[in-house]
Amino acid sequence: MAHRLPRVVGALYAALIYGFIFLPVVVLVLFSLQATTLPVPPFTGPSLRWYDAVLSDRRLTAALGNSLLVALLSSALAVVLGFLAAWGLARFRPPGSGLWRALLTLPLMVSYLIIGMGLLILLNQLGAPRSRVSAGIGHVVINLPLCFAILYSQMGEQQARAEQAARDLGAAEWQVLLLITAPMLWPALFASFFLSVTFSWDEFIIAFLLTRFDTTLPVEIWNLLRAGLNPRTNAVGALVFLVSAVLVASIELVVLRRRRS
Amino acid sequence: MSRLVPWLTVGPAVLWTLLFFILPLVLMAWTSLQPLQGDGPGLGNYVAFFTNPSYWRALVNSLEVTALVTVLAVLLAYPFAWVLAEQVPERWQRLALVLAILPFWTSYLVRSYSWLLVLAEQGVVNGALVGAGLLSEPLRLANTRAATVIGFVHFFVMLLTLTIFASLKQLSPSYRKAAADLGAGPLRTFVYIVLPLTLPGIMVGAFLTFVLAIGDYVTPQILGGNTELLMPQLIMLQIGRRGDFPLASALSLILMLVVTVAYLGCARWLRLERV
Repeated sequence: MAHRLPRVVGALYAALIYGFIFLPVVVLVLFSLQATTLPVPPFTGPSLRWYDAVLSDRRLTAALGNSLLVALLSSALAVVLGFLAAWGLARFRPPGSGLWRALLTLPLMVSYLIIGMGLLILLNQLGAPRSRVSAGIGHVVINLPLCFAILYSQMGEQQARAEQAARDLGAAEWQVLLLITAPMLWPALFASFFLSVTFSWDEFIIAFLLTRFDTTLPVEIWNLLRAGLNPRTNAVGALVFLVSAVLVASIELVVLRRRRS
Repeated sequence: MSRLVPWLTVGPAVLWTLLFFILPLVLMAWTSLQPLQGDGPGLGNYVAFFTNPSYWRALVNSLEVTALVTVLAVLLAYPFAWVLAEQVPERWQRLALVLAILPFWTSYLVRSYSWLLVLAEQGVVNGALVGAGLLSEPLRLANTRAATVIGFVHFFVMLLTLTIFASLKQLSPSYRKAAADLGAGPLRTFVYIVLPLTLPGIMVGAFLTFVLAIGDYVTPQILGGNTELLMPQLIMLQIGRRGDFPLASALSLILMLVVTVAYLGCARWLRLERV
């Protein structure tokens, strides 16, 4: 009996925290499924009325497209820049390596709001317009340190020896990079790309400050939020949650399968 | 040619960071010295911050909320991570962890909005309490500091569970066996062995919580409303309503300074490169 008590308490506590973690998500999804104009109890659903309204909303679908474009392109650029820098610093240790490493990871310490505002001031000084491009530049700034840190930590001795072997056999540096290092590091490359995409996809404040007409999905969600409790917001939120849950689950499956095999 | 390779590979990332991160910060520092109207550059905006109690109050609010959030999130997440690492059978642990952080992957804005659904006057909590006859009037839960804290704690419990779980799993079982062999009970083993050895992981998570929470605009704006302002809200107010970039820049640099001081304060526990 005395042995079982801690287990029971532990299980109860875990159930409580799971409840706390899932409560808002469950409420969000549940009340997205009712037809009333206010997403509050009592539950009167189910109805797909608001999903229909959201999916036929041009502004939202356009914002979705912008979000995908910005997320994919800025993440690709962040991964390439981070990969090249990580490789160069790990393999050649140029003078001032420590300084460059510190510089490249420094943006992690600064809040998105400040990065966004700095870029807005830069745009104003240059007289450049706010657009998807400027938001994308901001997203590379926040994701580059992450990609660099992940990839730098993965530059091991094993790859270095394989690279040296390739060089001895006459490969040029660009061939080493493309044909040896990149394939050996693909899990880390994939992980940093995926992380970047999710951060960029979800990023609000930089996109809010730096875009004007071609906004991203979080900015459009923000515009919806100004209306207070709104079933459209519930429906968009539930859809975003569904997509992320499917993504995370499929990546889990891929990773688990790789582990098993 | 081969001597150029390091510069060709490291150069683009360094250039990007200098151009789109360092240069904007320099411009921001320069902007912060400009008055909105009138005379030449000066420290007027910084003086305004330290002499105007409503500006000063925003920083105090931010520090209070962030400290409370960090402490609450650590206290809630540690036992949870411990149960996941110790009591859940090995083969289910990964699933349990993925489930525990699943809402982490939803939209940040939507997560705060969901709490509004729970806490609003017509929301789930008030609906249940009034419906059960426990309350005659709904409680004012949304648009309060408590709502901001709940929204933040929800997010950071997930993040901290992840980091604390990782440090608990890295702990070799032989330490605990050794302590048990030497006659320590479970409580003594926890206080003298497990807790000190997982402290670096906790500190990294707590620092991350502090940095991310103190710079966040979304959660206090959606859940706290405008009843009291935190620093990011004050900064956005300067840009949005008043177009006062100089003051917004000064406030941002003050916020950065606070984070830097916090970093230096706990730098000896933060071996970030080990994580």
